[in-house]
Amino acid sequence: MADSKDFTAGIDSNAKKSPRRIVFITRRTSAQVKTDSEDQVQTFPEVLFRAAVAIMTLAVALVWISLVFNAPLEGLADPSHTPNPAKAPWYFLGLQEMLHYFPPVVAGVLVPGLVVFALIVIPYFKVNIEADGLFLKDRQKRLRIFYLIASGLSLFLLFFKVYAALFPTLIVAGVMLLAAQSSPQSSSALRRYLAARPLSYWVMTWFLFELVVLTAIGTFFRGPGWSWVWPWQGS
Amino acid sequence: MAITKTIDQYFDDLRSTRVWRSVFRSGTGSSTLHRALAIQQNVFLHLFSTKVRTRMLGFSATWYLGTLTLGTFLILVATGIPLMFYYHPSAPQAYADTKDLQFVVSSGLFLRNLHRWSAHAMVFLVFAHMFKVFYRGAYRTPREFNWVIGIVLLLITLLLSYTGYLLPWDQLAYWAITVGSNIASAVPVMGNKIHFMLLGGNAVNANALLRFYVLHCMILPLTAMFFVAIHFWRIRKDGGLYSHASEPATLRTNADSSDGTAKEAQ
Repeated sequence: MADSKDFTAGIDSNAKKSPRRIVFITRRTSAQVKTDSEDQVQTFPEVLFRAAVAIMTLAVALVWISLVFNAPLEGLADPSHTPNPAKAPWYFLGLQEMLHYFPPVVAGVLVPGLVVFALIVIPYFKVNIEADGLFLKDRQKRLRIFYLIASGLSLFLLFFKVYAALFPTLIVAGVMLLAAQSSPQSSSALRRYLAARPLSYWVMTWFLFELVVLTAIGTFFRGPGWSWVWPWQGS
Repeated sequence: MAITKTIDQYFDDLRSTRVWRSVFRSGTGSSTLHRALAIQQNVFLHLFSTKVRTRMLGFSATWYLGTLTLGTFLILVATGIPLMFYYHPSAPQAYADTKDLQFVVSSGLFLRNLHRWSAHAMVFLVFAHMFKVFYRGAYRTPREFNWVIGIVLLLITLLLSYTGYLLPWDQLAYWAITVGSNIASAVPVMGNKIHFMLLGGNAVNANALLRFYVLHCMILPLTAMFFVAIHFWRIRKDGGLYSHASEPATLRTNADSSDGTAKEAQ
């Protein structure tokens, strides 16, 4: 904001002169500048028609599923008889898997709270908006921080024997190392792609990977006493 | 020349009747103006912009995930209301009603199946929509707040699904909600109070069923509709569906200069 201005703004009210308007676009502003005019179509009927087709296709698919598969219904709720294992709905099984390793205040309150907070603040960090490749600037410094965080997180997960969360972490860290060794001028399309990925991409990908792995384990691989079972072993 | 009218002409006649004109403000005709008015003059459709960038209609741009999420929501409302006619939120009557839906009510089994599978689909689609928007970078200025509303809608969706999970009042429902609600007790200081408020007791019981029913059928759907309306409206106000090429140059990344295709490939 300390940039010296290389313009002056004045007021002129000569009604007979045709007005000349100038827009100042300074740093950190987001004026809606129309850089190029793209092809557009009318919402009615083009877009509404496509939306209707999409929704109807989905409806047909869901109707078929509903005709073939019945929603589960077990016996009457019985507070005196606890099923083993008692599982939450599938979208909370990632959390329940975490509860297996950490105390409830960490896995049930702190972690989901931080996740929601982190999701909300994503668009408010400049580093996410500029989206530079993570290792393109300050390479050495950023690599040191990356090593520190990745090894710290891995050791933490290893110490608490959270192997389910450790493996996705190691895989994402490995791909990040590959990204660090890649340059935007590389001849490989994958290398160019990895080199241009910003920090937010890596954090979100790690989160998505953990979410999928933990939810899948909680859903398919957990049996009585939250012990490990294979899906084909039945319950 | 032609003695018989085409179907289109019958529709045109219908749309120019006084009654039709009194209902729909946009008037007749298929000119660009009238097509724009059809959106702009409609209380529901005016949330959307009258024009959309052509390339945002391609499947790869959005995978239509937002549209499909809306679709599941509509299916859930359409199936949820008939289900309410056959359901008493009291224990253990709720379980008997669910059994009746399964075996007595005409198409009751189908209604419940469709409601349940659509609910799972909605949770999945909301997550998918979020990740797609993220990887497309569509949360960037000026769309920050619409992203935040999206997170709120994600939480509402999870709560909607979670509150609905208890309603069949079977073993699956009872223990899933017991496991889930016990997490609330872990909140420091106020944990037990929050747990009590959520369930209307110290354990899942008839009070919890009634609370979850009211939340599931009234409070959460209305809250969701409120935020969905803002969510759609903000798409228009924030410059339409996100399209990388239409953003100010300062917001484009250096990824464009090195390889312009990488960004689009996402």
